Amino acid sequence: MADPRIALARVTKTYGAHQALADVSLEIAAGEFVALVGASGSGKTTLLKTINGLIVPDSGEVRIEGEAVAALAPHLLRRRIGYVFQEVGLFPHLTVAENITITPKLLGWDKPRRAARAAELLELVALPQEMGLRFPAALSGGQQQRIGVARALAAEPHIVLMDEPFGALDPLTRDGLGDDYRALHERLNLSTVMVTHDMTEALLLADRIVVVADGRLIADGTPQALAASTDPEVAALLAAPRRQAERLRARLGEIA
Amino acid sequence: MNPQVEAAFARLPEYFAWHVLLSASALGLGLLISLPLAVAASRNRHIRWPVLAGASLIQTIPSLALLALFFPLLLVISAASEDLLGYGFSALGFLPALLALTLYSMLPIVRNGTTGILSVDPAIIQAAEGVGMTPRQRLLQVELPLAAPVIMAGVRTAAVWTIGAATLSTPVGQTSLGNYIFSGLQTENWVLVLFGCAASALLAMVTDQLLGLIEAGAARRDLKRAALGAAGILIGVIVALTPLISFGKPASYTVGAKNFSEQYILAEMIAERIEDLGGEARMKEDLGSAIAYRALASGEIDVYVDYSGTLWANVLNREDNPGRQEVLEALTKELAERDGVLVLGSLGFENAYALAMRQDRATALGIESLDDLARRSASLTMGGDLEFFARPEWTAINEAYGFNFRARRSYQPTFMFRAVTSGDVDVISAFSSDGRIAADDLVTLTDPRQALPPYDAVVLIAPGRVNDARLLAALRPLIGAIPVEAMRDANYSVDRDADKRRPVEAARALSQQLGLD
Ligand SMILES: Nc1ncnc2c1ncn2[C@@H]1O[C@H](COP(=O)(O)OP(=O)(O)OP(=O)(O)O)[C@@H](O)[C@H]1O
Ligand SMILES: [Mg+2]
Repeated sequence: MADPRIALARVTKTYGAHQALADVSLEIAAGEFVALVGASGSGKTTLLKTINGLIVPDSGEVRIEGEAVAALAPHLLRRRIGYVFQEVGLFPHLTVAENITITPKLLGWDKPRRAARAAELLELVALPQEMGLRFPAALSGGQQQRIGVARALAAEPHIVLMDEPFGALDPLTRDGLGDDYRALHERLNLSTVMVTHDMTEALLLADRIVVVADGRLIADGTPQALAASTDPEVAALLAAPRRQAERLRARLGEIA
Repeated sequence: MNPQVEAAFARLPEYFAWHVLLSASALGLGLLISLPLAVAASRNRHIRWPVLAGASLIQTIPSLALLALFFPLLLVISAASEDLLGYGFSALGFLPALLALTLYSMLPIVRNGTTGILSVDPAIIQAAEGVGMTPRQRLLQVELPLAAPVIMAGVRTAAVWTIGAATLSTPVGQTSLGNYIFSGLQTENWVLVLFGCAASALLAMVTDQLLGLIEAGAARRDLKRAALGAAGILIGVIVALTPLISFGKPASYTVGAKNFSEQYILAEMIAERIEDLGGEARMKEDLGSAIAYRALASGEIDVYVDYSGTLWANVLNREDNPGRQEVLEALTKELAERDGVLVLGSLGFENAYALAMRQDRATALGIESLDDLARRSASLTMGGDLEFFARPEWTAINEAYGFNFRARRSYQPTFMFRAVTSGDVDVISAFSSDGRIAADDLVTLTDPRQALPPYDAVVLIAPGRVNDARLLAALRPLIGAIPVEAMRDANYSVDRDADKRRPVEAARALSQQLGLD
């Protein structure tokens, strides 16, 4: 059997007395779209950063396409993995186009190829081409977030890690971008791990939902399997979107 | 135009060029050292404190002292390198000035550099790592560009400090705009002092504005603006340095002078005589008293005039006083044996330390000798030049006569004379050849116990020049040729307030008067 794209084995990470990750094991295959959900402070970002080596676990092992992360040069590993930061973190002294193509530049792509790639990605995240010449400070929060997604995809990685990538977007754009990304994911056979607070988004986009609580994985399965779970914490997480859907149907039904 | 201003302008290209070369090199070197230090300090918490504290500590040393301290240090290093590697280097002039100013320029660059790098948003640092930058790429492509405006602000501060402090390099033998200020202070030529201050201030202001353009360019990511500032600096430095291409060629003889009028006049006389015999002469003025002899012994300067008593006490560390002729003979023998320095001979006059009072006051108090002075000292105030109270001569007369002054004050020599004529102090340390003694109606007090050593003006020749026939031929006619009255008049013609002469003019007049030309 082929190696999984991403494999975490008994990973732990402790900050002082606080255990941010407790004995986490997780395997993600090529083509899988995993949503990581859980309460604030449960360890989602920590988990995501151990995958591309931004955080080094205290114990346990992370493997990418069969290779141990600890044995790889960190910068070479990260050029193979797209990462969308929760804080976006665009470089304020570079134009939007330069921001998007920073990893291709580090990989030595020539200028015309980078320019073509920037144009392609601006289109993918539904932003006008002229925006490529602006500096990030001249963009709205939602626009910056979309550039963050474009930057992660620029070097054509097989693995994309996204930390609340669509948080600052209006529902319409968010829906559209989510669908477009899902299509891209399928076309390129990516492995995607997306952290989200929005259970509905997770249920709609992901093949598989992993629930994190206090640094542990308390559930891992397809949306359908999760819906059938008897675990009270998981049930509570699913209760909110269910209740919303029912109330929506009731209200919209009334109007109609 | 006023002839003084005209004379000042004539020297501007050379002084300005040296000033720019010195400041620019110090700033460049300072940047080269400070930036890596700032990067290291921002990376490592453990070295941050020592680096910043060290840079601050340097800043607390008065800049003049910092400059002076490099001379003995370099002398030791040069001697060591002479022993180990077979060649030494100049411990006077450019090198000590460069090193001291470099140290002096570091604090603002290190401090702003460290703060600038540390204040880059951590989210952006993490993004730089996340997109796959190496630590080096992160520094060069993200941290330094983002910290650039803060770093440039530090460079601006450093530039203004360095240009100002560079005026202080004159006393260690490095020509700068400070030459105007130091010789102006000595000869009470305020036009010259103002001229030097204005030139250095103007240079600092223009540099600050050009660096400001670079800073603004960095802050607004406006490459054109930054390039304009950088081009301005570059062109300015190149234009300023062109005079050095002709001035910079090594002169065959370097004539040293300490920092007072008599020394300037004698140095000009010596220089003129060397040039008359076809040599090239170059002046190194305003050398500190302690530095001058060591500079001669190490060959930094070829010739200068010193005083037997000074050499006796400061170089041979002798406290006894065997008499004028004996001191001269012993000096000639011992300096030759110890350092290979040639005492060519006495010029014919003494410039001895003497205590002087206003004529009317001395008469009123019935004071003629240091014995009389000692009896009255409890109700009198004593003024000394800046080094007098630290000198062995003071210790010697104090022990011999047992003074008990009500107060003691130190002055720059020109202000000391003001203080005694105005009555701020009653008695001052003066030199017997000082023209102001007669001009200000002062009397010198006799020294019945012979506590003050003799101070014959003697011509000293550097070890490497003792067999230089041309130099010796040029200088021999000066030996025994200058009576104290002539020297006093010449000194006064430079020191007086009205109708001042420049030292070079006074030297020419003195030569003419004595039939030496
Ligand atoms: N550098 C750090 N030092 C100390 N504690 C940390 C550090 N980074 C994270 N933590 C703690 O570890 C826990 C997990 O943090 P993490 O950022 O992974 O949470 P999260 O699930 O992403 O939360 P959110 O949804 O709010 O982003 C939190 O309690 C947090 O306070
Ligand atoms: Mg998080």
